[in-house]
Amino acid sequence: MLHEAPVVVPTSRGPAAAPAFIDVTGVSKSYPTRDGTPVLALDDVSVWIAGGEFVSVVGPSGCGKSTLLSLTAGLIQATRGEVRIEGRPVTAPYTNVGIVFQSDLLLDWRTVLGNVLFQFVMRGENPRPHEPRARALVASVGLQGFEGRHPFELSGGMRQRVALCRALVHDPPLLLMDEPFGALDALTRDQLQVDLQRIWQESRKTVMFVTHSIAEAVFLSDRVVVMTPRPGRIREVLTIDLPRPRDLDVRESPAFAQYVHRVNRLFREMGVIRG
Amino acid sequence: MTTPEGARGYLWTAASLGLVFALWEAVVRVFRVPSYLLPGPSEVFVALVGHWGNLVGQSVVTMGEVLIGFAAAALVAIPLAMLIVVSPVLERLLYPPMVATQSIPKIALAPLFIVWFGFGTTPKVAVAFLISFFPIVVDTIVGLRSVDPAMVQLARSMGAPPHRIFLRLRLPNALPNVFGGLKVASTLAVVGALTGEFIGADRGLGYVLVHASAQLDTALLFATLVTLSVLAMAFFFIVEAVERLMIPWHVSQRARPS
Repeated sequence: MLHEAPVVVPTSRGPAAAPAFIDVTGVSKSYPTRDGTPVLALDDVSVWIAGGEFVSVVGPSGCGKSTLLSLTAGLIQATRGEVRIEGRPVTAPYTNVGIVFQSDLLLDWRTVLGNVLFQFVMRGENPRPHEPRARALVASVGLQGFEGRHPFELSGGMRQRVALCRALVHDPPLLLMDEPFGALDALTRDQLQVDLQRIWQESRKTVMFVTHSIAEAVFLSDRVVVMTPRPGRIREVLTIDLPRPRDLDVRESPAFAQYVHRVNRLFREMGVIRG
Repeated sequence: MTTPEGARGYLWTAASLGLVFALWEAVVRVFRVPSYLLPGPSEVFVALVGHWGNLVGQSVVTMGEVLIGFAAAALVAIPLAMLIVVSPVLERLLYPPMVATQSIPKIALAPLFIVWFGFGTTPKVAVAFLISFFPIVVDTIVGLRSVDPAMVQLARSMGAPPHRIFLRLRLPNALPNVFGGLKVASTLAVVGALTGEFIGADRGLGYVLVHASAQLDTALLFATLVTLSVLAMAFFFIVEAVERLMIPWHVSQRARPS
């Protein structure tokens, strides 16, 4: 489908809209620095994510997108404003979630299966009953046969896949991902984007995906939130109206190019890309 | 380990050692070096065999002091390190006096311990304990604190309470450092026990060293040194073997690139 311009969705929701799964309202976050003057990481950010939506947050380094994700996860608290998940305010680390960071953070002393099941160990649950599900997940990302290996025997892409399984094994309704494929080579990255899309389509979890790759965001998401450089504000939210399931070829379509072009234009307007 | 290359390596080591001994013997014979100055390897061997019973007995005494001192140090240092990491209050209370007492050379405390504990095993164990203690504490603290903070964040988002994060994340992660401290402490414990025996001068291999030196029985001195080296090495290797069992997953335990 060709659009003249991508649809821009206002950041405030109409009264008749369905309740948001994640609702960020007027959130600001400032950090104290050594010389006393606080640095404002996020400035009055409001955004919502509906249940089952895949939303990416893109922006330049330092724009606060990782801060936004940490706030949503409840790992840090906002200086102003509020984060709600399923209607309830987030004031402590939110646990009904799976998180994937840029570094896989796998434990050296546990096997692949052990690392996936660590999700249950940390929750104080017996991991044994969940072993079949863990094995199935490991197989679904192409690591069948590697369950007994240790992380040091795996490549970066394989390790990140294990981290993804760990974030999914307890079937959380929400997935928070902070540049999960940022440290991987392009081919592995492409593969994992395809894998992630497939997993998401099968489970329809709500996903907040932070990335600095515009193409990755457009490929994966229902909507893309574009942030400004620090202090981070929402510049625009694009709705990606490309049919699903999307295979990698869609990246060569004119519609795709238009979305990417739009975001690039925004970055140039904001001075993120000069020249 | 016993590959053809490995076996050939052992052969080369044996050959080079043999060469050293042969040269040593030759020098001593040719230049008629007096044996109170430098005995030849043959003389050392004779002393070793001749005093075998005594050396074995004294070895048991010394290694007993070493092992008790080392074990006590480990049993106190590791829990103490855990307490210091867990409680900022305890850290502020315990760390400064610990560091201050470390600046006192332990071997200077040996005469004091003789006064306090008399002769016998206790002062030697005390010196071995004190000298092994600090490396274990410090290394354990470093290990416990060297968890990636992002991993702790992840654990918190998994709903893990602090005690579970400590037991299932910090502790296993700290093991390689703990063993580093234990290996250093194992060699220091031997030094500590020996020092106690130099001052105490009643039993043990340290006493044999002092006695042999006073009698200018350098062959016995050498024989005792050989015995000590073998024992200290064996102790170290045992600690390393336990390390291999406990942390086979660690990067330090993997095959090194040839």
